[in-house]
Amino acid sequence: MLEKPVAESPWWRSLSNPRLLGTRLSSNVELLINFIVVVATIVFILSQGSGFGIRIAQLFAIFAILAVSLNLVIGYTGLLSLAHVAFFGVGAYSVAILTTDAAYEQVPGHIPHFGLSFFTALFVGMAITGVVALFVGGVLSRFRDDIFVLVSVGFAVISHRIFLFWQPVTRGPFGIHAIAKPEVGGMVIDSRLEFLFLTLAFLVIVFLISWLIVRSSFGRVLMAIREDEQAIEVFGYKARYFKLTIWVISAMMAALAGGITASEQTFIDPQSFVLLESILLVTIVILGGLGTLWGSLLGALVFVLLNEGMRFVPFLPGELIGQARLAILGIVIVLLMLFRPQGLVGRFKL
Amino acid sequence: MSNQALLELEEVTVRYGGVVALDSVSLGLGEGEIVALMGPNGAGKSTVLKAVFGLAPVVSGTISWRQAVLDVAAHQVVKLGVAFVPQGRRVFTQLTITENLEMGCLYLKDKEEKKRRLHETMELFPVLYEKRQEKASAMSGGEQQMLAIGRGLMADPKALLLDEPTLGLAPIIVKEMLEKIVEIKEKRNTSILVVEHNIRSILDVASRVYVLDKGRVAHDGSPDSVQQSDILTKVFLGAVE
Ligand SMILES: Nc1ncnc2c1ncn2[C@@H]1O[C@H](COP(=O)(O)OP(=O)(O)OP(=O)(O)O)[C@@H](O)[C@H]1O
Ligand SMILES: [Mg+2]
Repeated sequence: MLEKPVAESPWWRSLSNPRLLGTRLSSNVELLINFIVVVATIVFILSQGSGFGIRIAQLFAIFAILAVSLNLVIGYTGLLSLAHVAFFGVGAYSVAILTTDAAYEQVPGHIPHFGLSFFTALFVGMAITGVVALFVGGVLSRFRDDIFVLVSVGFAVISHRIFLFWQPVTRGPFGIHAIAKPEVGGMVIDSRLEFLFLTLAFLVIVFLISWLIVRSSFGRVLMAIREDEQAIEVFGYKARYFKLTIWVISAMMAALAGGITASEQTFIDPQSFVLLESILLVTIVILGGLGTLWGSLLGALVFVLLNEGMRFVPFLPGELIGQARLAILGIVIVLLMLFRPQGLVGRFKL
Repeated sequence: MSNQALLELEEVTVRYGGVVALDSVSLGLGEGEIVALMGPNGAGKSTVLKAVFGLAPVVSGTISWRQAVLDVAAHQVVKLGVAFVPQGRRVFTQLTITENLEMGCLYLKDKEEKKRRLHETMELFPVLYEKRQEKASAMSGGEQQMLAIGRGLMADPKALLLDEPTLGLAPIIVKEMLEKIVEIKEKRNTSILVVEHNIRSILDVASRVYVLDKGRVAHDGSPDSVQQSDILTKVFLGAVE
């Protein structure tokens, strides 16, 4: 039996006893980290005005959808995928292309017009991504461990190349402009705040679905696969089907984030879907903690704050910020792996 | 074969690339038997069990279950009534004891039946009941091995394949484990094919023994016949040609 003397004394007693306070804090690292991050965020954002707050929240919501969905694959199932950006991109391009309409086309005549509404395009885009993911996953299921990682990198690179060179459809390096806005019951969602609410609503849905998945017996099989794939087969499960299923679900969630982003930014080009984005996503998942959905939310928040907050570092010249951001993120990752390899609130190491 | 054969291997050959892991091996497990599989490292003991589950590349020969040829994938074998507890206590350390046990029969929809099996397994291994809420990583080696066996029993198998269930356990635990194996056989009428290194203890409980060496069956008979012959010394000292 575990002894829990700390839990029995009232919390305020620990304030006068440094040793007790220490135990209490370290046993509640999760809570403490959450608390600090959230308070710091609120203070910081309030000091910057509402426009900035909305921007941060929007970025957070998108990264959170991506991180939560990626965690299902990396953290719960143990598949270290760097291909997530590809599905994010397919979702974004699907919405961009499927909503194209001659009426607001800025560079007319280059790509076909489908004229679907945002939501229809979003769901069709997710379905398309699902099919693509099924194919990619089928190929990937032949590999494991380091080769799996390499092949997933291959898919991330290939998708970027397709966005770049399949000009008749994606308009290549010019990108696609004037992407349609969502319409709900005749009301166009175009203010940033409205968009934020829409995105947060989707985040809630993605989070709930993910939560239900990891809580279900299906989720338990995924965790078992992460630990020992062969052992699972002798209990009567085909690990491959489970892996493919979660892979496709996760990809469709990424596509959702992509579709929203395309519409929110009204413009996309291949530069937003490079391998580096995938690496950042994996970093967020590890930063938050493998196999914890809350951790992914926290990881996304910390990442967005670090990333956006760096604009405010006083002594950095503007043109260096972009470079410095990545360098600092790199340093954060190294420190994290050294001192907290299980992530901020996570339980497992990679 | 003593009585009706449940599981039978006939001239099974397994090859990993150039390595012949099993060379025309024939053996059987009868109803209500405990059959011991012995032999030095690399003899092919684990390969026998894996072959039954389609987890080893069988190049020739047949494996049958209740007189019917068994050529289904690993995940279907368990549904026929065979459970496999692989070498090395492969429990899911991040799942709780109960969750680990439930893994053994997740495909089962009948909740009552699941509960009944859980109850039965925990009755057999009281330590699993005591620690049911804890993570498997918090258990000792012997307890993890009991969990692994318990998880196999959750499939309610007719035949149980155990790969070195006593490996690395203290002598007293080894004794307890073998008693449990006998108890499983007696209480549930489960036939057991067990790979075992502890010669003395396993010869006390086994109905029959196969001695494998370099992928071949070097001896097959009653525990007494094994004890009376010098086959084990030969095999373990590498003198068999
Ligand atoms: N996956 C594999 N790839 C290649 N060779 C293998 C593989 N698995 C087993 N072998 C080879 O097959 C032979 C038999 O292996 P097996 O694991 O069945 O032995 P064992 O009798 O169980 O030994 P141990 O007592 O060490 O568990 C060995 O020569 C081994 O090297
Ligand atoms: Mg072995």
